[in-house]
Formats: sequence, C-alpha cells, structure tokens
Amino acid sequence: MGSKLFVSSSPHIHTDESVRRIMWMVSLSLLPAGAAGVFIFGPQALWVILAAVLGAVVSEALIQLVSKKKVTLLDGSAALTGLLLAFNLPASVPLWLPFAGSFFAIVIAKHLFGGLGQNIFNPALAGRAFLMASWPTYMTAFTRPLQYDAVTSATPLALLKEGKVFENLNYVDLLLGRRGGCIGEVCVAALLLGAVFLLAKGYISWHIPGSFLLTSGVLMWVFGPRGYLTGDWVFHLLSGGLILGAFFMATDYVTSPLTRKGQLIFGAGCGLITAVVRLWGGYPEGASYAILMMNAATPIIDRYTKNRVYGSK
Amino acid sequence: MKKLFGHFIKGVGRENPTFGLVLGLCPTLAVSTSVANAIGMGCAATFVLICSNVMVSGLRSCIPDRIRLPMFIVIIATFVTMCELVLKAYFPALDKALGIFVPLIVVNCIILARAEAFACKHGVAASFFDGFGMGAGFTLGLSIIAIVREAAGAGSFFGARFPGRFEPALMMILAPGALLTLGLLIGAKQMIKGRRGR
Repeated sequence: MGSKLFVSSSPHIHTDESVRRIMWMVSLSLLPAGAAGVFIFGPQALWVILAAVLGAVVSEALIQLVSKKKVTLLDGSAALTGLLLAFNLPASVPLWLPFAGSFFAIVIAKHLFGGLGQNIFNPALAGRAFLMASWPTYMTAFTRPLQYDAVTSATPLALLKEGKVFENLNYVDLLLGRRGGCIGEVCVAALLLGAVFLLAKGYISWHIPGSFLLTSGVLMWVFGPRGYLTGDWVFHLLSGGLILGAFFMATDYVTSPLTRKGQLIFGAGCGLITAVVRLWGGYPEGASYAILMMNAATPIIDRYTKNRVYGSK
Repeated sequence: MKKLFGHFIKGVGRENPTFGLVLGLCPTLAVSTSVANAIGMGCAATFVLICSNVMVSGLRSCIPDRIRLPMFIVIIATFVTMCELVLKAYFPALDKALGIFVPLIVVNCIILARAEAFACKHGVAASFFDGFGMGAGFTLGLSIIAIVREAAGAGSFFGARFPGRFEPALMMILAPGALLTLGLLIGAKQMIKGRRGR
C-alpha cells in the first residue's frame, strides 16, 4: 500500500489477521515438533534449526537491501522458511549446510521469483531439493534416535526400500518419533498437535492434507507388498515426511490452489506422486518432490477450478 | 575493414549466441560442466561455423532457393564429420568428454541460423568474420558458464582443485545447475544493460 489511507471496493470489514500474525502462528504450531526433534536427536538438532533460521533471516535482509526493497524481516516468513527447511534436514549435517539451503530457498526460490506471494515453489522444499541434489551424502546420513552420539541409522522407509525388516518398530514408536529421520518429521504426535491448532484456528483448511493423506493411504493399502489390499497404510502415513508435508508444506498459501476444489485436486496429486515414488521410485521418500511437482501444477489447477462469477455462465 | 570487424564484434557482444540470441542451448547446457570441455566444444563449433559460413556464402549464387536448407545441412555435416574425425584421431580424451554433442553440432541452431540469416545474403569475407565472431561469442558464453559451474560444482578451475576445505555443490554440474547458471547470468546481463540504459 502506497499511502496509509486507501479506498477499496467492498468488503469493508477487515480482520486482525495479517501475514505477520499467520506466519508467527504457523511457526508457533511447529514448536512442539521442533522441541521433540531436539529431544530425540540431541542439541545438534537445535544448532541445525538455529543455523537454518539465521541463514534465512540474514539472506532475506541481504537480498531486500541489495534489491532496494523494503526489509520485511518482522513478517516472519523468512524465519518460517528456515524453520521448515531445518525440519527437513537430518540432525547430523554440518552447520554450513542449513545456511546454504536457506540462502538458496530465500534468494533463488523466493526473491528471484518476486518475493513473498510470487514464488512458484515452496521455498523450504526448493532449498531441501537443492541440498539433496548437491550434498546427498550429508542429506541421507540419519542419526539413531535418543542416542546423542552420531551413530547413523537408516530411516524406516529406506529399510523398506532395501527390502529389509524393521528392528521391531511399532506404531507407537512411529507416532512418538523413535526412529531415524529428519529433525522435524519424526515426532508425528507433536506435528498432529500443531496441525490441530492450525485447523482449529482456521489457518489451514482440511482439504489439502485430507485429500493428500487419503490418496496416499488408499494407494499404499491397495498396492501392498503381498498383493492387492495388503499394504500397511498406517505405517506409511506415520513414516517419512508425509504428516509434516501434508499439514505444513502443502498448505503454504502462496504455492497451493485458491479454491476448495483446486485444493482437493492438489492434495490428491501430492498423494498420488508420493505413493508412486515410495512404491516404485528410486528414492525411499517422495513427499517433498510430490509437493514441489504439484506446486508447478498450481497455476493450471487455479485456472480450471476458478469459481464461477455469480450470474455468469 | 572496419565493417568486417563490426561483424566479428557483434557476435561476441550484442548478438552473443548464448546470452543475446539464446541459441544453441543444447550443447551449452550439456558440455559446460568443465572449462576444458567448454573451450573444446567452442573451438569445434567455431571451426564448423567459419567453414560452413564461407562455403555457403561462396556457393550462394548456385544454391537453388527451394532446397537451400538440405544443402546447408550437407555442408555443415561435412565439416562436422571432419571435425569429429580430427577429434577422434588427435584428442581422444576431449572426444570422449564431449561425446554425442560433437556430431550434434550438425543440428546446432546457431550454425544453421547464421547460414540462413547471414551467409546466404553476404559476401565471403563478411561471412567469415560473422562466423568467427559468432564462434568466439559461443566459446566465450560457454566458458563463462563453465567457469561458474566448475567452480561451484566441482570445486576446481581447469581441473585444478581449489585449496582448502571447500565442498562443492554437486547440483551445479548436473542439469539443473546448468539452467540455473544460464538464467542467473542472463539476468545479470539484463540488469547491467538496464542500469546502463538509464
């Protein structure tokens, strides 16, 4: 807004909600999962989170100063991007890695596309994809949960991909996060707590996560390892980054469709790609790539699910 | 003479095939993984460009208009084959690194574009300088991209590794790194151009 006073068309009723408030609320809802990640993987996880957030904030300030835009650090979107990026990293990465990822996420994926509201791809996931393609050895070295020395262990999905059996892992372990994985994705219970908060406050709607989880769950169940309808869909929903992705990444306002119908299509597409990657793809986990691919499809989904203007054909 | 030199400068600068015309991107993106590859590819393309430009320009009065494109392709393919055989005989390592992209120079759009847009309308000397300039511009563009990609993606320059503990970003020597580097460099060029224009 250029001036303080502006005349706009209706509606004239405004809400207290602002970008700033929403960003901080989403960050708040991620805190339980972050705390759980730090508890599970030790202080190293905390340093990774701080490095990613600091990297994102510094990059945002830097690019806004260089491109002579208004510095909007306080709206919290950069901090949230850093936080989400850190949640997608293993705890054992060297600390320059989250910095590099945040820089890529903020500068390349967000500001070169025009800044907040203009970016096609979810910046945090683009940062993760960059790190995954650039330093794959660091990005797939997962530490064992609750043992604060850097013993590497495979994630349940990686074990599944290699056709190995799990070291007596049950649903409760998966729910509480006693498994190898990224910092923010392991503790599903804490993530669900944050998700319920966001849903109850109306910051996100159920459409994207609902259709995302339903589609991938059904596909996992249908295409099971021992023939049709034998898949362990509960295991699949609880492992990998599915919950984190479905509730916190796919629901990003900027990179997801606007209409309810579009959001259902978006979520179903994410679920389909996730399931296809997990079942037949080369990587053990596909949720992040699924969301990025559907981000690319968002403009076309928006075009075909536009609400009919009242009175028009 | 000054006019001929102008044909050369145009190819390197304003109408640079990589950053200005954005032509011939397939080899640009594929072989700019290291500076040595880029210069090798640039030299091969320059050779073909100069020879085909001169040949097309010399034969332009006896090439029937309706079948000019097949004739251009035959001329270009002749020089590409010569180039490929020389590479195979004397520079086997470079030939292996460039791989399929040497025979693919035949369909490189810069070469056909120069034959069609310039050589078949201008004299031999002008075509020579146009081909030389375009080739030099292509080599320059390729080398700049390769310097960035090799430094960021392999941590080296001309095969010599940087000192110190630098862990290169593997993505930069993969395909996405090529598109990213090209996009950033074109953006930088436009930014400089815009600044100068104001």
